[in-house]
Amino acid sequence: MGEIKVKNREVVVPGETLATGMDFLPSFGTYRDGEGIIASRLGLVNVEGKVIKLVPLSGAYHPKAGDTIIGPVTDILMTGWRVDTNSAYSAVLNLKDASSEFIARGADLRKYFTIGEYMMVKITQVTSQNLVDLTMKGPGLRKLTGGRILNVNANKVPRIIGKQGSMVSMIKQYTNCRVLVGQNGVVWISGEEPEKELLAVETIKKIEREAHIPGLTDAIKAYLEANKDGIKLSA
Amino acid sequence: MAYEKRFDGRGFEEIRPMSAKAGVIKRATGSGWFKIGNTEAYAAVYGPREMFPRFKQSAEAGVLRCHYTMMPFSSAGDRVRPGTSRRGKEISAVMERALRPAIDISDFNNSVVDVFVELPQTDAGTRCAAICAASIALADAGIPMKDLVCAISAGKVEDKLLLDLEYNEDSHENGVDIPMAMLHNSKELTLLQMDGEISSEELGKAMELIKGAMDQIYDVMKSALKAKFEVKQE
Amino acid sequence: MYEDLKNEMLKLLSKNLRLDGRAPTDYREVTVEKGISKNAEGSARVKIGDTEVISGVKMEVIKPYSDSPEDGSMMINVELTSLSSPEFELGPPSIYAVELARITDRGIRESKSIDTKKLCIKKGEAAWMIVVDVCTLNDAGNMFDAVALAALAAMQDAVFPAYDAETGALDYKNKTTEKLPISKSPVTVTVFKYGDHLLLDPTSDEGKVYDARLTITVLENDNICSLQKGGDSAITVEETLKMIELAKQRTKELRSKL
Repeated sequence: MGEIKVKNREVVVPGETLATGMDFLPSFGTYRDGEGIIASRLGLVNVEGKVIKLVPLSGAYHPKAGDTIIGPVTDILMTGWRVDTNSAYSAVLNLKDASSEFIARGADLRKYFTIGEYMMVKITQVTSQNLVDLTMKGPGLRKLTGGRILNVNANKVPRIIGKQGSMVSMIKQYTNCRVLVGQNGVVWISGEEPEKELLAVETIKKIEREAHIPGLTDAIKAYLEANKDGIKLSA
Repeated sequence: MAYEKRFDGRGFEEIRPMSAKAGVIKRATGSGWFKIGNTEAYAAVYGPREMFPRFKQSAEAGVLRCHYTMMPFSSAGDRVRPGTSRRGKEISAVMERALRPAIDISDFNNSVVDVFVELPQTDAGTRCAAICAASIALADAGIPMKDLVCAISAGKVEDKLLLDLEYNEDSHENGVDIPMAMLHNSKELTLLQMDGEISSEELGKAMELIKGAMDQIYDVMKSALKAKFEVKQE
Repeated sequence: MYEDLKNEMLKLLSKNLRLDGRAPTDYREVTVEKGISKNAEGSARVKIGDTEVISGVKMEVIKPYSDSPEDGSMMINVELTSLSSPEFELGPPSIYAVELARITDRGIRESKSIDTKKLCIKKGEAAWMIVVDVCTLNDAGNMFDAVALAALAAMQDAVFPAYDAETGALDYKNKTTEKLPISKSPVTVTVFKYGDHLLLDPTSDEGKVYDARLTITVLENDNICSLQKGGDSAITVEETLKMIELAKQRTKELRSKL
């Protein structure tokens, strides 16, 4: 019979033996080497029955079709805009995918979006060569004006959003801020009261730091409750 | 001549004290710090990120690029002039070869994973410390890798085979320095260099010494990575 | 390029606030640790918030320059390592690195803290050359102040290596107890201008959108020994004097960390 060598939800490192025995099955982030199942990246162990996988804790974002992301325009092209995806691959938003409005060829595209402006867009396609296409047609997709940008570890985005958006709703409720979270780890926050805007920022950073600790939702709720008037500012 | 007692009093198979940390450079995707004796290395990983110049991109897989630098004041001798040196270029290249067998960046075509290493203090074994720091940094950066690469030198002074040469041994006129790196599980070599003269039997024994040291080095690196994620509850 | 960031900053500054909750002239926590590299003749680590730099002094014996046979010399170099920021590229020093090094060099040189005559060993034949290198480890903004503080801290930490005047041999392994003679304490603070607001210790984001900056080196007696204006906007004489007052206050606090 095989044996598990690590605890469930333990942080493990590449090369670490997670289990021995042929009755366990290696899944994401692990591989079999003879009798052993070994970690092939840094991550959190997740054992489900006989299947062992890792939940990544770190790493750059990798674009995926269907993801909603936030990024700045970095270049204006002949027929659209280049957008930074916070990954190794930039993306293109084509004229036809940017607006239902007719944009004539040769129009001054800066009138729509200019370099440095952030937008919330959806990835429609990623080719084998990692060329990325975007669209702005869809609910909530738009140019983001005002507010501030926060970069977080993209692997922690699911925890920042929470189940059915529960975590981000809680942050919005306590801080009166508008908060948009891109799958690529770029977060946009806009609020009227600086104390509460800062509370939203600090809360998201806290989730990022503690995402792998059990009891996260309660800890965050307690934190928001304790600071519900916002973070004390030094001014 | 017989080498009876090591300059620093260690046992012949004893490694200098080691310590390590992960996540020491906040701007980087991942980072590591590794210290062995008085040799100290910082490593930062950036990427996978867009690769420039573009003609160096590979459509097949991501590219690993290492840059090894000694800080100008790090050496026991004269100031090290900043800028590229022949030595630095060679070490950067052997570092890349030492780390590549461990990592899998085949999904990141056209991109680059940059590893920058800076040494603030040196006392022999810099390339090995650089590889250990870089291994920690790559793991911290979430790069898929089948194992950590652990590196250390073995060698010979006069008649004695020994592990982990320090400066006086490395620069000994009858000294042999053999820096090696291995995948810690399989004990396969990914870095092997040597200067000096040695018999093949002795080289075989030196390689066995290194194999015996792998777990000890791995444990230091592993603890460093795990420690980064221990959150102190407020 | 960073218009939104700047607008957000200006909006907050009008309420005397910044993105991270600090007041405009608040400084992040500063720590100075000396003697961090064993091989250097002197060394230091300076942290300002998440910004971290380390510095080291090496001393060499050279033949004095023919136009000043009775003087030793001093040089300050800054390495903006690619390790410390994705924005620092490999290759020859950028204009930013050169400006940083020259401002820091001038701050210390023009304070006349170092009597170069005292660095002469034998007229026309041998003199000390003091080289200070500052290397960045993590760039989270305000490099000007961090680099200058690190350079001074390493120099204060430095002792001479053993030198045999007979043979001309320098023994780096053998350090003497003789300190590098540094008679004053020139500390640098950079004041940044955003719209009508003055601000200290910017983060790297804030550092991207300033209108003007003034780097000021101040001595213990509150006199100024170097200035450098940067940025694309002009500053008024009144603003300049205000900036200098801010720098005078802040340098006192930084000096107390040394």
